[in-house]
Amino acid sequence: MQIYNGKGVSGGIAIGRIRVYKREQHISRISVEDTEEELIRFRAAKREALRQLQLLYEKALKDLGKENAAIFEAHQMILEDMEFYESAEAIIQEQKVIAEYAVFETGKRISETFAQMDDSYMKERAADVKDVSDRLLTILNASNGDTLKGDALNGDTGDVCNSAAAGSFISEEPFILAARDLSPSETIQLDKSKVLSFVTALGLSNSHSAILARMMAIPAVARAELPLDDSIDGKPGIVDREAGVIYVEPDEKTLTEMKLRKQKDKEKQEMLEKLKGKESITPDGQKVMLYANIGSLEDIDAAVRNDAEGIGLFRTEFIYMGREDFPTEEEQFQIYKQAAERMNGRQVIIRTLDIGADKKCEYFGMEPEENPALGCRAIRICLTRPEIFETQLRALYRASNFGKLAIMYPMITSIKEVRRIKEIISKVKAGLDAKGVPYGSPKQGIMIETPAAVLISKELAREVDFFSIGTNDLTQYTLAIDRQNTRLDEFYDAHHPAILRMISMVVENAHAAGIWAGICGELGADPLLTKEFLAMGVDELSMCPESILQIRKIILETDIKN
Amino acid sequence: MKEFKYTISDAMGLHARPAGVLAKAARAFSCDVRLIRNEKSADCKGIIGIMGLGVKKGDEVTVIFDGTDEDTAYEKISGIMRENL
Repeated sequence: MQIYNGKGVSGGIAIGRIRVYKREQHISRISVEDTEEELIRFRAAKREALRQLQLLYEKALKDLGKENAAIFEAHQMILEDMEFYESAEAIIQEQKVIAEYAVFETGKRISETFAQMDDSYMKERAADVKDVSDRLLTILNASNGDTLKGDALNGDTGDVCNSAAAGSFISEEPFILAARDLSPSETIQLDKSKVLSFVTALGLSNSHSAILARMMAIPAVARAELPLDDSIDGKPGIVDREAGVIYVEPDEKTLTEMKLRKQKDKEKQEMLEKLKGKESITPDGQKVMLYANIGSLEDIDAAVRNDAEGIGLFRTEFIYMGREDFPTEEEQFQIYKQAAERMNGRQVIIRTLDIGADKKCEYFGMEPEENPALGCRAIRICLTRPEIFETQLRALYRASNFGKLAIMYPMITSIKEVRRIKEIISKVKAGLDAKGVPYGSPKQGIMIETPAAVLISKELAREVDFFSIGTNDLTQYTLAIDRQNTRLDEFYDAHHPAILRMISMVVENAHAAGIWAGICGELGADPLLTKEFLAMGVDELSMCPESILQIRKIILETDIKN
Repeated sequence: MKEFKYTISDAMGLHARPAGVLAKAARAFSCDVRLIRNEKSADCKGIIGIMGLGVKKGDEVTVIFDGTDEDTAYEKISGIMRENL
């Protein structure tokens, strides 16, 4: 048994045969007479590469979100950069060589200038350029029959895969993939059902591959110090992400131990899977709504997969962030409508814009503030700049005609604010009526996340349809501790009695007025508090989708009266 | 001519993704847009040039705009940098 160390970046335990991914390139410098023909081949390959990258971009956009998909857009820009294609074309013309050699040389030259920089990030940049030139080479090779050997994956059959889709190699049984590094395009094109784990010699925990691996929920170890050759290829192996260890040809004892651990992980997951479709109800009959917190439309898939009974918090900030101007009413309408439709009759609570503090947007043109956490944020922006607020509300009201939407307002501190919101809503509705635009009647709720709102919750409860307690901000404002400041950790107590008493008080006041109260902060997913929340009578817990089944298990097993 | 100085706070520096965003934005303008770090400079309309500057987190870069639409280019690009980098 050989043991190699690395840095675990994703997943749990994988057991299977190791396959070494070898990207071999032996590009020969072959002279040609007809350079025009090579230029045509090069340009056709470039077009094909752009097309492939567009497809990858769209696939990644769907599977992994905009942030991760953007890398394929960057690759397209590298291809279209004069520095790249002019160099390749010049090499073809001046040296009278085949397109493959020109591309190989160009990729190598540019990569080398990056790689010389003494910085691991720069090396990743070189990897991006190499990924682009490898793609061109694969396309050129495919068009050229089998005389040249390009991007290849050697499996234990020794097959060379020369398809245009680099990395889509065929294997009967799932395997642990070991490679020097994996480019984003290679990672996304792999048949996920066949890859048990990624082990890379390079790569950092924040490299593209690691991020993608995490999103695919596959165990991955980076910076693994193992030899990528025949000494491990085809051998049985174990990847233990937690310890960051790779075992090659593990002995019986290790294998048994790992199998046991893997089995336990699996059983736990399977047991949780069985809870899908079950009602979240305690043995003595108390029901709780288990909802999901999401930040974008893509997150709805995770919510549905984990059997969320609704969406308890749909953060709308993402619609406003990472762009250069305000989103239009139509754009927002489409997003809210899709959310309502995709949740298929289940409740979707959408929180209006909560920008400010640590979430900033340049085009809002906000004045710098001494103390942003206590500054112009959330509902305060909405009430001082009603045009922004009205656009969002119009979109929300229109969308409420397509499903069970509810609207929730953040950072409330007074009755006056709630009344002003109502005035603005009347105006929005009148505007829609005047145009004959249909809308539904979404329930109206507020976030309870300031001590002021807690203390006047009795009065607030008469104004709205529900409460959702935002424990993150409520804790920060109550304990006067900045969440971002790690030096204050010793003073921070997430279970502080003050917070628990506040929650209890809010629930009591809500029930007295006949409305429901839930929790959508991090505390909602805290398994240590579930019983206490149930005893307080909390009606709804909203959390990241991955926590839902675990909390449902606790609810199903907890008698409140005992 | 207009000038904009900015300190990069993105942990990965000017890597492929943000470099692509910058180059794409710069291409929409007819004025010259140059990115300068220390003694080296690059045309902000080419992703490879930007990546080649090796800008890391904490580096101060200067962007120089020169041409008829330099004002709008300045607004747009400084905005993108503040927001993404």
